[in-house]
Amino acid sequence: MTEKLVIIGNGMAPGRMLEHLLEKAPGRYQVTIFNAEPRVNYDRIMLSPVLSGEKAYEEIIIHGDGWYIKHGITLYKGHRIVAIDRAAKTVTSDHGVTEPYDKLVIATGSVPFIIPVPGHNLPGVLTYRDLDDVQAMMLAAQSRAKAVVIGGGLLGLEAAAGLNAQGMDVTVLHVMPTLMERQLDPAAGYLLQRAVEQRGIKVITKANTQAITGNGKVEQIELADGTVIPATLVVMAVGIRPNAALAKEAGIAVNRGIVVDAGMRSNDPDIYALGECAEVNGQVYGLVAPLYEMARVAASQLAGDGAAAFVHSDTPTKLKVTGIDLFSLGDFAEGEDRQEIVLRDAAAGVYKRLVLKDDRIIGTVLYGETADGTWFNDLKKKQTDISEMRDTLIFGQSYQGGAPLDPMAAVAALPDDAEICGCNGVCKGKITGAIAAKGLTSLDDVRAHTKASASCGSCTGLVEKLMVLTIGDKYNPAAVQPMCGCTTLGHDEVRRLIVAKRLKTIPAVMQELEWTTSCGCAKCRPALNYYLVCDWPNDYADDYQSRFINERVHANIQKDGTYSVVPRMWGGVTNAAELRAIADVVDKFEIPMVKVTGGQRIDMLGIRKEDLPAVWADLGQAGFVSGHAYAKGLRTVKTCVGSDWCRFGTQDSTGLGIRIEKFMWGSWTPAKVKMAVSGCPRNCAEATCKDVGVICVDSGYEIHFAGAAGLDIKGTEVLGLVRTEDEALEHIVALTQMYREQGRYLERIYKWAKRIGIPEIKRQIMDDGERRKAYFDRFVFSQKFAQVDPWSERVSGKDKHEFRPMASVGFAQAAE
Amino acid sequence: MNWVSIGSLSDIPRRGARCVDTPEGKIAVFRTADDQVYAIDDHCPHKGGPLSQGIVHGTAVTCPLHNWVISLETGRALGADEGAVRTIPVRVEGERLFIALEALASRAA
Repeated sequence: MTEKLVIIGNGMAPGRMLEHLLEKAPGRYQVTIFNAEPRVNYDRIMLSPVLSGEKAYEEIIIHGDGWYIKHGITLYKGHRIVAIDRAAKTVTSDHGVTEPYDKLVIATGSVPFIIPVPGHNLPGVLTYRDLDDVQAMMLAAQSRAKAVVIGGGLLGLEAAAGLNAQGMDVTVLHVMPTLMERQLDPAAGYLLQRAVEQRGIKVITKANTQAITGNGKVEQIELADGTVIPATLVVMAVGIRPNAALAKEAGIAVNRGIVVDAGMRSNDPDIYALGECAEVNGQVYGLVAPLYEMARVAASQLAGDGAAAFVHSDTPTKLKVTGIDLFSLGDFAEGEDRQEIVLRDAAAGVYKRLVLKDDRIIGTVLYGETADGTWFNDLKKKQTDISEMRDTLIFGQSYQGGAPLDPMAAVAALPDDAEICGCNGVCKGKITGAIAAKGLTSLDDVRAHTKASASCGSCTGLVEKLMVLTIGDKYNPAAVQPMCGCTTLGHDEVRRLIVAKRLKTIPAVMQELEWTTSCGCAKCRPALNYYLVCDWPNDYADDYQSRFINERVHANIQKDGTYSVVPRMWGGVTNAAELRAIADVVDKFEIPMVKVTGGQRIDMLGIRKEDLPAVWADLGQAGFVSGHAYAKGLRTVKTCVGSDWCRFGTQDSTGLGIRIEKFMWGSWTPAKVKMAVSGCPRNCAEATCKDVGVICVDSGYEIHFAGAAGLDIKGTEVLGLVRTEDEALEHIVALTQMYREQGRYLERIYKWAKRIGIPEIKRQIMDDGERRKAYFDRFVFSQKFAQVDPWSERVSGKDKHEFRPMASVGFAQAAE
Repeated sequence: MNWVSIGSLSDIPRRGARCVDTPEGKIAVFRTADDQVYAIDDHCPHKGGPLSQGIVHGTAVTCPLHNWVISLETGRALGADEGAVRTIPVRVEGERLFIALEALASRAA
């Protein structure tokens, strides 16, 4: 008969326990979970990357809804358990659900510690524990206002970095003299502070918060020394305490946390506790590795293995802030009986310190270069006598025996029982064994089978090296297609890192992301140039030498080396004066061909490059600007005559088309963008095969997107119906901005949409008003720098060299 | 060899090119990111595209018409494509640039 197992809490520890349990004793329990958070199990370690915008929530889900269904587990989302009745063996939720149990697991986690200063309960004071906190912070960040983070520990710094990446002005208050003093010695704490400050985050140490004040919401923070800091958002990240109140009310033994034995069992033999709420041997834990160990033990116990026991081990600490490498382990206080080895390289920003006792490592602090952390951890764990290699120890594993510094050799030299993944306690032998036995060839496979690098991901590089060592060329690290031969990174990864690492020039990207060529190639340079233009509109200086010739000279190169020129005709509407000016230009420069384009404008073909500036000058006189017919950017907005003339027209389609074009011209996009507005469903402007199209109807504007009528033919998808012209413009602009930020270079909208998924795009643009507004605002900001007519710039003399030969030589002599 | 002055290094943008008109046709003069200078015929061996208009990377240029990659050092097409353009000797004297025009020399003689 199946027993009933009830779990209170759905964090990472019980999630892992269930995985083990389903493996060890499938079918033994009928499982019910109550989760106070209204969602599935996700990777809380990755909240910081979500906050900084490097990852989306969807990417950090560990068990999706399907997993619970597949395993027949009942998950009550948003149900907080309010009572445990040990006599009746039932639990009851705040929604009134009562569930009987044979075995109960309490995994209620922890609650953030709130400093009880006056004003701590004002709106605008947040903690940093779950996705709700992150979403609240991201919302607050949209105002681009000032944030104060109280707490300069691991969580506080990750929160500060995330808010900073979201564009906020951030100050960190820390009560101790140096940051992360529990994991770092003062020297490393200083380096860390410097690195944090270099990102534009202010740090105030020895800061004693006295009060948070404001009228109905947070306005400022007052320190004990009288300093006043303005703030609209305060994040308290000063620590956590086990959430054991429920257990205590039920009469279960509670000290700091719920007291359990080494088998994770409380003083009630049918009730287990694990995770941050549990206390084992007087210790409570907050890092994932020991929590996963608890999960393993609890699962074994529930599966009937009474011998399984939890053993304490030190866990290394790593800071998850992109660009700051930091590793700390064990005990690093100074002492009579201890020696230390220190290496400082100020220029490279490297600091390493090993604390030794009786020729054995007992503590390690690494800053700036952490690759040897695994090795030092291994030496410490095994209590290896290091006296033989003492002189070179600090230089790391690859220096032992005078071997050259080759990271591959270092990984190869690790013993099989060396721990690779600290979060999940996976050693080298287990990974290489799984790769060989199961024929694994991708990183995802290895994560699925061994869990290595599946939590915080900081050991991904090590795992990849192990894959190369084990299967050689069969491991294709590029499950993603690399951008080009100059890098192993794919477009998405490069875009993410440009934002996360705040890279603002092409050389900076190539340096930081370790390009293998000195100045890229014709594939990556235009892509990088676009990504930088898009992501840093006000900071980045456009690199013309990284643009294709068409964009460099604002005209389209033809097979004979001449160019074609297309002036903008807003919405396809022109007049006698414009046509006359075009006719004059055609005559004056003897332009051999004039043609009407598919985008409702006029193309002049066969113009010599040297003549381009003069042609533009004449066209400019008549009021023309560049039509960007050459650009990976907004091309045309095709229209029909709409309600002004047409007996079927429902709205002013011409007016809307012109309005869109005037609003959006000049914007750069991953690939060309062609639009159209039709005044009724007869669709004379052919809007349903465009990148973005509008079909006017009586009740408003039906917005379409992701059509194609080139290499591929594809009808558009419907984004949605909006009532007013203003709304139509806002939705179209937001959609375009989303595409600008996420599209891969040369990827048209329909391909991007297929990759991202139509429902996701609809969700972000149609359903999420906040997000739509944010996209819209970013587009508007970027237009301030983009809406400069390139033709008039050229006419006024910019980069004149481009259109003239450098020299004419040899003719005089040849004539002799 | 007939060395002809064509201007100075700063006339050419880094990772860019300028053209020189000669009786032998257009010659493209390239300046790499590290200020090396190369000259080749401005005529892609594939379909005659103007190489001076391409993107310069390392010591190669990608033709703007069909993306052939031509070595500036040898004039040969790189990768799977086959073909070559004439390379023209370049001398850099301080800031001044000179190219050597063979045919011109023989004609003048």
